[in-house]
Amino acid sequence: MAIWLTEKSRIIVQGITGSEGTKHTVRMLASGANVVGGVNPRKAGTTHEGLPVFATVAEAMEKTKADVSVIFVPPAFTASAVKEAIDAEIPLAVVITEGVPIHDTTEFWAYAVAKGNKTRIIGPNCPGIASPGASNAGIIPADITTPGRIGLVSKSGTLTYQLMYELRDFGFSTAVGIGGDPVIGTTHIDALQAFQDDPGTDAIVMIGEIGGDAEERAAAYIEKNVTKPVVAYVAGFTAPEGKTMGHAGAIVSGSAGTAQAKKEALEKVGVRVGKTPSETARLMREIMQNR
Amino acid sequence: MDLFEHQAKELFAAYGIPVPRGIVAHTVAEARAAAEQLAGRVVVKAQVKTGGRGKAGGVKVADDANDAEAKAKAILGMDIKGHTVHKVLIEEASDIAEEYYFSFLLDRANRTFLAICSAAGGMDIEEVAHTAPEKVAKIPVNPIDGIDRARAREIAQAGGLPEKSLDGAAELIERLWAVFVDEDASLVEVNPMILAADGQVKALDGKVTLDANADFRQKDHEVFVDKAAEDPLEARAKEKHLNYVKLDGNVGIIGNGAGLVMSTLDVVAYAGEQFPGSPKPANFLDIGGGASAEVMANGLEIILSDPAVKSVFVNVFGGITACDAVADGIVSAFKLLGDRGEAVTRPLVVRLDGNNAALGREILQAAALPGVELVDTMDDAAKRAAELAAVGA
Repeated sequence: MAIWLTEKSRIIVQGITGSEGTKHTVRMLASGANVVGGVNPRKAGTTHEGLPVFATVAEAMEKTKADVSVIFVPPAFTASAVKEAIDAEIPLAVVITEGVPIHDTTEFWAYAVAKGNKTRIIGPNCPGIASPGASNAGIIPADITTPGRIGLVSKSGTLTYQLMYELRDFGFSTAVGIGGDPVIGTTHIDALQAFQDDPGTDAIVMIGEIGGDAEERAAAYIEKNVTKPVVAYVAGFTAPEGKTMGHAGAIVSGSAGTAQAKKEALEKVGVRVGKTPSETARLMREIMQNR
Repeated sequence: MDLFEHQAKELFAAYGIPVPRGIVAHTVAEARAAAEQLAGRVVVKAQVKTGGRGKAGGVKVADDANDAEAKAKAILGMDIKGHTVHKVLIEEASDIAEEYYFSFLLDRANRTFLAICSAAGGMDIEEVAHTAPEKVAKIPVNPIDGIDRARAREIAQAGGLPEKSLDGAAELIERLWAVFVDEDASLVEVNPMILAADGQVKALDGKVTLDANADFRQKDHEVFVDKAAEDPLEARAKEKHLNYVKLDGNVGIIGNGAGLVMSTLDVVAYAGEQFPGSPKPANFLDIGGGASAEVMANGLEIILSDPAVKSVFVNVFGGITACDAVADGIVSAFKLLGDRGEAVTRPLVVRLDGNNAALGREILQAAALPGVELVDTMDDAAKRAAELAAVGA
């Protein structure tokens, strides 16, 4: 079992003909993911890497029964690509693009809310989602781990890979890279909830980073709603303090956003927090061995 | 990118927001000339990108040009929370009747924008927000709907502004929204927004944070870059499109992925605690996904041109990047730097894991580069790099 992405998922790629889109379409196909087509209005009707290219997401969905879109378009066009996916009501849109302006992300999020949140958005600026052995939507290297019963949610790409690799003997149900941007479509809490409800997941690894208060909110959520064991890692304990300007940020978040504050919030609700990625893997190993 | 107050006010003025007349001065003589030109009472304001400068003594009222010169002399060169004052803004003094607070910003938690408005503005707004939160209105702003004059007036009203200020404040808020959206800002803050004795509502201070992700459509923002304050190594790294931040330790760090590099800094700092002099990371350097030989050479070159660096830790997890390509990159980097007459003489600890790690290690072993050591795990490699830095120091 897995969350959000299974062996039945049918994937299209928005921006399939670009260099990143092409490279990762080939990789996804090689990993066994069911990629069924792509979207590029200027190349509609052609084929690319053996896959049909459609003018719109709606047309691609109609012709291929796709239910997942992976978005590789450049930052300037990301907001309109995501809004197109929302209009087509595709169930899952994975936004890989890095460097999307914050006004664009906030706008497409407001658009998703206005349209009733029928599309789950992951990202932007994320590695995507992988359910090892079942499917792979994004750029997570599929071959560094195995199918298993650990769920993973992370703000960071390479730390995701590091943990997937260190725990490859136990394997993963699903790994979700939610991205480290200030505004993201899927949060730690969304993933925690889905893993809690997933019969195929026994324990959860959560990876956070300095900034914002998403980890603190996740801790509050875990206390009330998550009964499966959670192990966490937070990067950035020794990062120099950011030069915050004005009072506005402090007024809103009410939290310093430091790694220490996040660690304390998580430990307070019984989450074991590793000091390093390896120690985090060891903590999870203990849990999986003692099941 | 955070703007200086004077830059924020230049932006405000371009959008028709009333701000006091002001002139930037870098020297005491310039400050005097500015005060003479403005005539009458002026305010001498330290230009630093941090809050709390009023409390730190960085803002002084001066009665005339002589006084402005004396005040500028005291403020220029001052250190405010680690920021040295290199310039002051000489501004005409305003007759303040009332002080308010206003900002637009990103509300990360609720994934929307927020307007914050209060009639209790001034230096102590944070205190007010804490002790009397009912005096600070926080109003979500939907980016699709935006802000028109009527909505701006409602926000000013919610913040408790008096009737006499509402029209002026509404106009200012509407224009501030235009700055926020059209300039791709993640913060615009006016504290205080004042009601002047003549009845005009003005921005007496300005803080603006611009979103670097929008640089591709905000070409004008280039002029705001504070070239003088840029670290020379950071500036060179930027030219080579490297994500590099200078830190004050002696272990050079190269890794792939921001999260992994941030984590590497932590692990090296922890490991350093057990060695004499407590070696710490000298930098943050994320070489990103495609670690080509050229990127690796550029990265190594930047790191090694920092004289503080005593050892280097290359920490790569091969995800998309294959470790054999990284190893090839290190070998080519040594050759490239050698050919340039900058042969690598400081020790390099390399940890390769993930995609093609075994092959990468073989390549480095075969190359037998001087001073290059392979260590299997991130924790052990961090320890070795810290140890080598302690020996070298």
